[in-house]
Amino acid sequence: MATATHSRNRRKARGTSAKKAATTRAKTARKASAKAASPRRAAAEALLLVGTMKGAFIFRADKSRRKWKMEGPHFRGEAVYALLHDTRGGRSRTFASATSMHWGPTLRISDDVGATWSSPERQSVKFPEGSGRALAQIWQITPGRATEPDVFYCGVEPSALFESRDAGESWRPNEGLLNHEHQPKWQPGGGGLCLHTIVLDPKNTRRMLVAMSTGGVYRSDDGGKTWRPRNVGVRAEFNPNKYPEFGQCVHKVVQHPSRPGRLFLQNHWGLYRSDDWGDNWLDIANGVPSDFGFAMQMHPHDPDTVYIVPIEADIFRATPEAKLRVYRTRDAGSSWQPLSRGLPQSDAYENVLRDALSADSFDPAGIYFGTRSGKLYGSRDEGATWTEIADGLPPIVCVKTGTVSAA
Amino acid sequence: MIRVELPNVLCSYTNDKPTLVLEGSCRTVGEALSALGRKSPGAFERIMDESGDVRRHVNIFLNGENIRFLGGLGTSVPNDATIMVLAAVSGG
Repeated sequence: MATATHSRNRRKARGTSAKKAATTRAKTARKASAKAASPRRAAAEALLLVGTMKGAFIFRADKSRRKWKMEGPHFRGEAVYALLHDTRGGRSRTFASATSMHWGPTLRISDDVGATWSSPERQSVKFPEGSGRALAQIWQITPGRATEPDVFYCGVEPSALFESRDAGESWRPNEGLLNHEHQPKWQPGGGGLCLHTIVLDPKNTRRMLVAMSTGGVYRSDDGGKTWRPRNVGVRAEFNPNKYPEFGQCVHKVVQHPSRPGRLFLQNHWGLYRSDDWGDNWLDIANGVPSDFGFAMQMHPHDPDTVYIVPIEADIFRATPEAKLRVYRTRDAGSSWQPLSRGLPQSDAYENVLRDALSADSFDPAGIYFGTRSGKLYGSRDEGATWTEIADGLPPIVCVKTGTVSAA
Repeated sequence: MIRVELPNVLCSYTNDKPTLVLEGSCRTVGEALSALGRKSPGAFERIMDESGDVRRHVNIFLNGENIRFLGGLGTSVPNDATIMVLAAVSGG
């Protein structure tokens, strides 16, 4: 008995000490991240880039983020699935993927935060002749590492990865993925066969990871030459074999740069964490009303905090119990808590898509999301309370943040 | 001589000209569009995707007939034909 009590106390002490260590780690990461993310925070203006099925909108606010001013729509009538504002290399460059239902997709660039946009005669992102494929949509535009300010990546439909080494002027496909032996077996999900997520190792330039619907997670450890599926533990409900090597419908993967080997994954059924760069995935759907969902966002300063918006089911893509709730974990998925103050808690049959949940780099962090019904919400206090920023927008497919130096 | 009539939205790629005239002979609609591409690569890339297909929501009419109901890109083009490019009824 005495031994058991002693052992319990030891466990408790270990737990307390581990918790303290984790809290200290989180605080240290938070401070470092906040400092790195917004060195000119005092002078910064907040940007919200909102992509919809009928154009893009740009919202601006001062650093208090109380009042937002809307500009747009840019690219009227065109679907804008991907947006990015990037400030590496002394630039202030905004990217938008605008897809006309009739005339196809075009990657547009602005160096004045949307006052003017490039209108290239030739498509800059396109499949090579003879590949038999044609660009349907650009789903993701991701900046390269901080040390590579001219590098950008695009994830596209049909699933492929493109890379630019001249700040987005020209692009070439990643041959390793383009010609991957699994490629003929990747199947389209409800939104199309898309490569929608690109995660880089901030230090190891040879390592990166992508996610596809469907196809799953693939990782390269040799600078993009070869790619291996990394889906062990991720289920595929729609497949006879529930745990195939590849073919999962992964909806989003996020990572905190201060702890790059640890990844969080929102699946088409399933919430997961990996502590080893995707070699293994652990189920972390602890206390969520549904483990189906699309959107997932990392806290900008705390590597243990992640946000999701659970959705009832694939056959009923609406918020569970008709309540619009963001869920947050602050312990890397051991538990999840609903965040609902300021959000409708009845008759809310909403859906938030995979790129429509975002966080800014301020401290305290702002969290934002847009719904398919065209409502845009924001929180200035890391999700504790929410306010409606806009209503009546076209269906929102993408919400991204940025900062610009105040004029 | 073949006339290609383009919608306003594509005129930014043709120096604001709504009609381009293709000199020389083109046996098929596909050849005529390739000739258009040599004059205006921008317009061509909006009409055709990089796999060589006409974009799904673009309609091409040869002398008033939709080529989807003729022989597609292989449809023969008579002399003095008019090819008209129009957006389909879909849209946002």
